This record gives sequence, C-alpha cells and structure tokens, in this order.
Amino acid sequence: MLEQVAAVTLMNLRSLPQRLGTSWVIVVGIAVTVAVLVSVLAMDAGFRKTLAGTARADRAIVLRGGSNAELSSTISRENTLTIMDAAGVARGPAGKPIASAEAVSIVALPLKRTGTAANVTLRGVGPQAFALRPELHLVAGRMFRPALRELIVGRSAVEQFKGVAIGGHIAFRDSDWTVVGEFDSGGDAHESELVGDIETVLSAFRRNLFQSVTVRLESAQAFDRYKAALTTDPSLSVDVLRETDYYAGQSRQLNKLLGFLAVFVGGFMAVGAMFGALNTMYAAVAARSAEIATLRAIGFSALPVVVSVFAEALLLSLLGGAAGAAAAWMFFNGNAVNTLGANFTQVVFRLSVTPALLAQGIAWACCIGALGGLFPALRAARMPVAAALRAG
Amino acid sequence: MPAIVSLRDVVKTYTRGKQKVEVLHHLSLEIPQGDFVALMGPSGSGKTTLLNLIGGLDRPTQGEVTVAGERLDRLGSGQLAKWRARHVGFVFQFYNLMPMLSAERNVELPLLLTHLNKAQRRQNVAAALAVVGLSDRAKHKPAELSGGQAQRVAIARALVADPTLLVCDEPTGDLDRATADDILHLLQALNRTHGKTIVMVTHDQKAADFASHVLHLDKGQLVEGQTAAA
Repeated sequence: MLEQVAAVTLMNLRSLPQRLGTSWVIVVGIAVTVAVLVSVLAMDAGFRKTLAGTARADRAIVLRGGSNAELSSTISRENTLTIMDAAGVARGPAGKPIASAEAVSIVALPLKRTGTAANVTLRGVGPQAFALRPELHLVAGRMFRPALRELIVGRSAVEQFKGVAIGGHIAFRDSDWTVVGEFDSGGDAHESELVGDIETVLSAFRRNLFQSVTVRLESAQAFDRYKAALTTDPSLSVDVLRETDYYAGQSRQLNKLLGFLAVFVGGFMAVGAMFGALNTMYAAVAARSAEIATLRAIGFSALPVVVSVFAEALLLSLLGGAAGAAAAWMFFNGNAVNTLGANFTQVVFRLSVTPALLAQGIAWACCIGALGGLFPALRAARMPVAAALRAG
Repeated sequence: MPAIVSLRDVVKTYTRGKQKVEVLHHLSLEIPQGDFVALMGPSGSGKTTLLNLIGGLDRPTQGEVTVAGERLDRLGSGQLAKWRARHVGFVFQFYNLMPMLSAERNVELPLLLTHLNKAQRRQNVAAALAVVGLSDRAKHKPAELSGGQAQRVAIARALVADPTLLVCDEPTGDLDRATADDILHLLQALNRTHGKTIVMVTHDQKAADFASHVLHLDKGQLVEGQTAAA
C-alpha cells in the first residue's frame, strides 16, 4: 500500500508544473497570511522581550500603595531612605544600599519617521543607578554630571527620535538640556528613555517627591523578607513588586491586544487563504479527474488518491508558509517600532521573529493546507470512476 | 469454453436531475473464456454502460453480474478496485496514459498493486512492451509518442498484470485507419495467441470484423448475434 501511495503522490507532484498558475494561489495566499501573522506575533514577542529584558528577579520596585505605574506613584524623600535601608537590600563595597530613588516625567520629542511629537520618558536616577542596573553602559560620550542639565539617552531613543544625538539640545521646563552620552541596555525598556540626575530633574520640575525606588536584593530569595519589612512598617503605604512581575504587568495589556490582533487578523486571512486553497485543490482535482479515474479503474484504492491530493495541498502550503516566514524574518526581524507604554510614553522595541514563531507560522500554513486539501481529496476519492472516465 | 462473463436480468438506471433513466433493460448474456466480442450499437444504446458493468467500474441497479467467478454486484467499491486490479486490463479511446510518466512507468502502474518486487516488475514491463512492439520507446513520455504508439503502451499496461479479461472502450476511435488496423491486429493476436478474453466497444464495423462475435445493443437491449444468452 505504501508503494501505491508513494507512486501516486509522486506522480501527482510531478504533474504540478502543469498547474503552476493555480498552485501559486495557494503559495502566495498562505505566504501573505503567515507573513502577517508572524510579524504581528513578532511584535508581541519583541515587546514582551523588551520588557522582560528590563527586569531581573533580584531587583524589586517600590511604588505608592495602589499605584500600578511609576507615573501615578509618589514617595516622599524620607520614605525613600526607609525603603532603601530595609532588610534584604544588597549593599555596595562602601556599605551603601544598591538602590535608586527615581522620578519620571514626560517629554515630547519629534519622531524621526513622521516628525510628529511623541512622549518620551525622562528618568531622574540616583547615584547608585548604574550599580543597580549593570546592564546599562555608556557606548558613546560621557556620563551626565550632577547639578547640571545634562542627559544621557538610550540607543533606541536615539534611533527613533530627532535631536537626541550627543551634543543635541532638548528644551523642556523652560530650560535647555544637553545630551552628553548614549547608553545601551541590551534593548530593554530603559533604552527608550532620557536619563539624568534625580535631583536636577526634580528641581527642573519643581517637585520634591520621588515616584519609585528600585533596589537590588541580596538575592532573588530575599524578596519575601524585603517585602515583609516594608509592608509591615506602619509608616509606609507601598506596593513592593519583583521587577519581573512589575514589567510583566506593564506588558500584559499590549500583549493581549497583539495576541488578539494576531488571531483576529491572522484568522481572517487564514480563512481567506483556506478558501483559496480549497478552490485551487478542487480545480486540481478537476484537472486530474481523468488521471484519477484511470488509476482507480486500474485498481488503485481511494487512499493513495486522497493522500496524493492532500500531499499536494500540504506541500504547496508548506512552501507558502516557508516563504511567508522567511519574508517576515527578512523584512521585520529586528525592526525597531515604538508604542505607548504604561507611563504614557513611547517604548521602543524590536520585532523578534523567533524560531518558535517561524514554526508557529509554518504550523498555521500546514493547518490551512490540510483543511484546504481535505475536501478536494475526499471528492477525488469519491469520484464515480465510470462517470469521470467518460467526462475525461 | 465456460462463460467468463455472465449477466442475468441486469437493469442499470441513472438518475439525471429528478428523472430516472433506465439504460439497460433486463439484459442477460454470457461471454465464453477466450472470446473476442465486439459490442456495437448507436450512441446511447448502453454499450459503455454494459462495458463498465463487465469491467467492474460500475454496479447494476438490479440483476447479477458474474465475471471471472466473482459476483460483482455484491462487491463494495474497495473490493471492486481490488478485483479489477487482479482480473481486468482496460484500454481507453484516448489512451489515458499518465503524461508525466515514461512509457515503462505507465506500463508498470498495475504492477504496483501486486507483490512483485522491482526487478520482477521491470522484467514484466519489458515483456509487455515487447509484445506490443515498443521496447525501443520505453523511456519516452506519452507526448513523445504517436497515437498508435500511445495506444500500444496502453495495451501493454492493460496486459502487464496478466488479467483475465481485456476491456476496450473504442480503442481505435482516435486513430487513423492504418494505425487502427495495427491495433486491432494486435488485439486479435493477443486473443488468438495469448488466449485473452476481449470485450471491445466500437462504432466501427471494420473494427468489429476483427472480433469473433459481435453483439448489437439498441435502447439497452441485445438485438441480435448475442452468444448464448441465458
């Protein structure tokens, strides 16, 4: 039986060049569907990766109780000292806690791509910020100096926004800030930000309140101890979150939206591609009806015929899937895009076409092909031999 | 000779839209083993329908069809396919060769349904092509063959598994006179020297003259010359 199946399938595939035009309908339809699906999922994966890359399990972020983002949080100066001194916080060589009390503000900058203004996070950080986040390192220029209106800018922000290259001047709060350095943090969310000295930022915005405190813990296991120390302190009303949980929460909404988009848009396109495949395969079966009927007359059973039609649909879908996945990888992988993050500021992230997404795209293609090939294959098997021979 | 084909009180009805059309009306006939029978009759007389019943491509609406000792009217489509592979070789008017396969691969097709190994299949294919005089065209594809050559390949394909019966539907309908005569001589030789039972549908009296017996059908009934009607 296997030999029959192989012979009929091979015969069918060898006749494909005679049906090249209609076969392209399947390949192109599925390629476009897979390319769109994979690129939307790549956005989701890229955003998830960016926010996940920002977080470490041995870091904790402290916000005012009930706040779900830094922008809506306030923490007094005296509370920041208590938060940074609590049990479980790692300390540097000089015995100082590795922690940074920070404030964020929104600055409008023109996007390079469209020229329209978009919100960018300006983050004021404490002196321990770079010990706290060792993944941040200068790649050009120099570090900002305290008490001066100087900024360093993340590499992603430099790519996306105008006027933030080293030597550039940014005007906000009636003052002029100079960009003195560019930093890299492995493509995480901080790379979309402008970073300056916390005291200078607070003074420019005439504020005296911080918005978050991020601390390095002695270890990831020290989190519960640290959280207990803060939440049992009656002078504090704060939420203590592992950084990983905080950023996962920040990305949840967008991930949901992108996931829905992928399924909705991809689903619609998949249905269209499936009908294209159905149509093409019905046409292929019709074009081969005399051949199929002859094989059946000779004595071939229905199974090899079903498998041959099914295999053709699957092969064409696989080609389409591979082409779509390759196109998504070639044209979208690593492309930087920006979206509104939890602080109502732009987060720049890169589309990430991962091997898992490529496999997922190809799996979709195979499903489309299988569904598109199934009914024509059954029709081919049920074709009345005598009638098909007469028609052929 | 015992009857290899036996039809008793066979009725075949087709449904066209809401109408039922009875194509064969209570037809009975017997064809002895080793006979060469030509089925003639006007268009719509039921020749091809009768041939399809004898070849196991279709089942009667009513009546018994026994071929090579098997009651075909009792077999399901899967069983019929297996039966056809064992007992029938088909020759069609338009050859029905697989255009993407060479002559030898076309001839090999029925052998894929047997338990022969590759070497045995190759041997049988070569023998079948030699019988039809086309050993030198084994590697050619159908598009590279003349009509007569293509029909010879089709006959080789029909013969290669050594079937009990050859069923030919207008085998010379697409050929010029000289080529048609060559094909008919070949069929006659297969009948006379190899003892193959042949049932052939034809419109052509000259083609029918090559047969040992001629059956005339009209409006779904045998009208004259039938052999040993039951």
